[in-house]
Amino acid sequence: MATDLSSSTSDDLGIGEYQYGFHDSTDNYTFKSRKGLDREIVEQISAMKKEPAWMRDFRLEAYDIFLSKPMPTWGGDLSHLNFQDIHYYMKASDRQEQSWDDVPDDIRKTYDRLGIPEAEKKYLAGVKAQYESEVVYGSLQEDLAKKGVVFTDTDSAIRDYPELVREHFGTVIPSFDNKFAALNSAVWSGGSFIYVPKGVEIEFPLQAYFRINSENMGQFERTLIIVDEGASVHYVEGCTAPTYSSESLHSAVVEIIVKRNARCRYTTIQNWSNNVYNLVTKRAMAYGNALMEWVDGNLGSQLTMKYPAIYLMEPGARGETLSIAFAGKGQHQDAGAKMVHCAPNTSSRIVSKSISKAGGRASYRGLVKVEPHATNCKSNVVCDALILDAESRSDTYPYIEIEQEHVAIEHEASVSKIAEEQLLYLMSRGLTEAEASAMIVTGFIEPLVKELPMEYAVEMNRLIELQMEGSVG
Amino acid sequence: MVASLKIQDLHVSVEGLPILRGVSLEVRQGEIHALMGPNGSGKSTLAYTLVGHPKYEITQGSIEIDGKPLNELDACERARLGLFLAFQYPIVIPGVKVADFLRHAITNIRNPDRKEGEGLIPMREFRKELKAMMDELGMDSEFARRYLNEGFSGGEKKRMEILQLAMLKPRFAVLDETDSGLDSDAVRVVSEGLRKLSGPQMGVLIITHHERLLEYNVPQFTHVMLAGKIVETGDASLARELHNEGYSKVRLRHPEEAAEEAARASGRSSEANRTAEPASV
Repeated sequence: MATDLSSSTSDDLGIGEYQYGFHDSTDNYTFKSRKGLDREIVEQISAMKKEPAWMRDFRLEAYDIFLSKPMPTWGGDLSHLNFQDIHYYMKASDRQEQSWDDVPDDIRKTYDRLGIPEAEKKYLAGVKAQYESEVVYGSLQEDLAKKGVVFTDTDSAIRDYPELVREHFGTVIPSFDNKFAALNSAVWSGGSFIYVPKGVEIEFPLQAYFRINSENMGQFERTLIIVDEGASVHYVEGCTAPTYSSESLHSAVVEIIVKRNARCRYTTIQNWSNNVYNLVTKRAMAYGNALMEWVDGNLGSQLTMKYPAIYLMEPGARGETLSIAFAGKGQHQDAGAKMVHCAPNTSSRIVSKSISKAGGRASYRGLVKVEPHATNCKSNVVCDALILDAESRSDTYPYIEIEQEHVAIEHEASVSKIAEEQLLYLMSRGLTEAEASAMIVTGFIEPLVKELPMEYAVEMNRLIELQMEGSVG
Repeated sequence: MVASLKIQDLHVSVEGLPILRGVSLEVRQGEIHALMGPNGSGKSTLAYTLVGHPKYEITQGSIEIDGKPLNELDACERARLGLFLAFQYPIVIPGVKVADFLRHAITNIRNPDRKEGEGLIPMREFRKELKAMMDELGMDSEFARRYLNEGFSGGEKKRMEILQLAMLKPRFAVLDETDSGLDSDAVRVVSEGLRKLSGPQMGVLIITHHERLLEYNVPQFTHVMLAGKIVETGDASLARELHNEGYSKVRLRHPEEAAEEAARASGRSSEANRTAEPASV
């Protein structure tokens, strides 16, 4: 395999900002399913993985559900998404390694360029690297493993922790939840499985890195996180893909269970190339006095439809979603959050900041729902949009469903443009127009970025600056 | 060699309405000039035009620094040539820390040929310099961590302008009513700050309709503007006279401009003048 450096700048698509558009050769792949989706492909995936019968049946049932559900007609434009033009399963390497030295050269070099091994040394408690459909590298700090922390890929988890997986798999997001959850349930591969035992607090983040390499690839990882009572974890995921002229599909399902008094923070820095459809279902259930936080940064992809949800199941549960979306040329970010108050005395907060430029479209779509018996709930929603030019667009779709009188719900929304005076002021101090715009945008998202651990804050600001480069003609 | 900021026969329109009608003025490094005049005479228009506000259209005449024409340059390029405007209404930039902003600005000003993305001046060096300058201007170092002008009082904003002036060390500083809206203590602080900064390396144009700032920074030249023209130029005593007696004598001496001023006030141009001042303060 040879890394194709010639496509690394991706200038051919006019999106010179994107740094991760390079790809490796796929000649030596262990397995590559033919294009298209049918019952046989689903069975083939299950057979390749030597799965138990229950999982095979789960997949086939989900496939039928997928067929029976119509395509969503709301959100983004899915009319060009052709399910028969996609490879649903690709395996680049035979096995998962515990040392980067054992990972095939090309793949290792790709992760080197993405900075993963370096980050692992500096500030991570564990890493999973998924390349196409399978996890090719995994590590976890020894002391955490000794404490009973499990951080593995979901395929291995089915073999190694069958009871734990079977008890929770598909309970937070059932296959019939939506068309793409059904699709994922039918063809899922890889993803992270995390179990944090009672009272174990993991200080440093666990990180997963998802990489699509091939053209017309479908990546369908399946993540299940169980944080037991009084435990805490911060999980971070990053994602990139090469730039191709044809579409790829990323459709993950992420299920999280945060038990009583536990904490979970899930941070996403999504930076897919601009030919990827990113249609992801993420949902957490938070029990008594638990805290669930989604920090969701969407910078890449052609179309993202993603609304991380938190079901507040028992009194005292808290949910928080911080969402940053950046829609550049040819991009539509349809992102937001859902908070469902199922119990009294639960509270939620949604903060959304979106930026659109060069014809990009950023939509906030959010739901706050309060069930009939859920008294004394509090919810606070703030969405701010910044539109950088006249071609770009921002929309807000806030849905509020309240079946309970004793609640306190606040919703604020603002849309602003970069004022001429702000640009002039910064430029009069020697900043170029591009630097001034980038500084204004960085300032706009600063209230969210400062909530991130420093390394990720730096990364987020760097990505925003890259997005802003060349934005001024 | 002493550099100069030279304005020749400058005509400026805002949204098609002529505001400046032939302004000529030369400020050399080391000189202090005062520019006075009643409201609406075009003082702030001149300031915004100098700094390169895109809304202010030069229809005739030129601005030069050291013989280099500025007319076609944007605000950033003008700043890199050594021009600075202390804004009458400093702009709020939410989420941008004073220190981050200043470090970026200083890097660009000191290295005008810097390409985007090249490194900034070293953090330690910068912090030390900023701290020293804030101490000298009697500013709490906490300012450096605040967001630029966000939640600042009027006096804090003006002091922030002076701090920027101090850090950027321009060859030409234009101060647009830096003393307005401040109590006398704040005026003293700002005035003393400016006095410390100005010197043989800096040419200063102070726009004011009071003369308090001028007590600390005595001008060699005082210019009076009326209806978009400089109608008189004198020394510091002219500034004092205007402060004590107002503009009625000036109007009598220049009936044509006074008539134009009255015509603007009664309608057509007054609107344009209002838009000259940003709505967001």
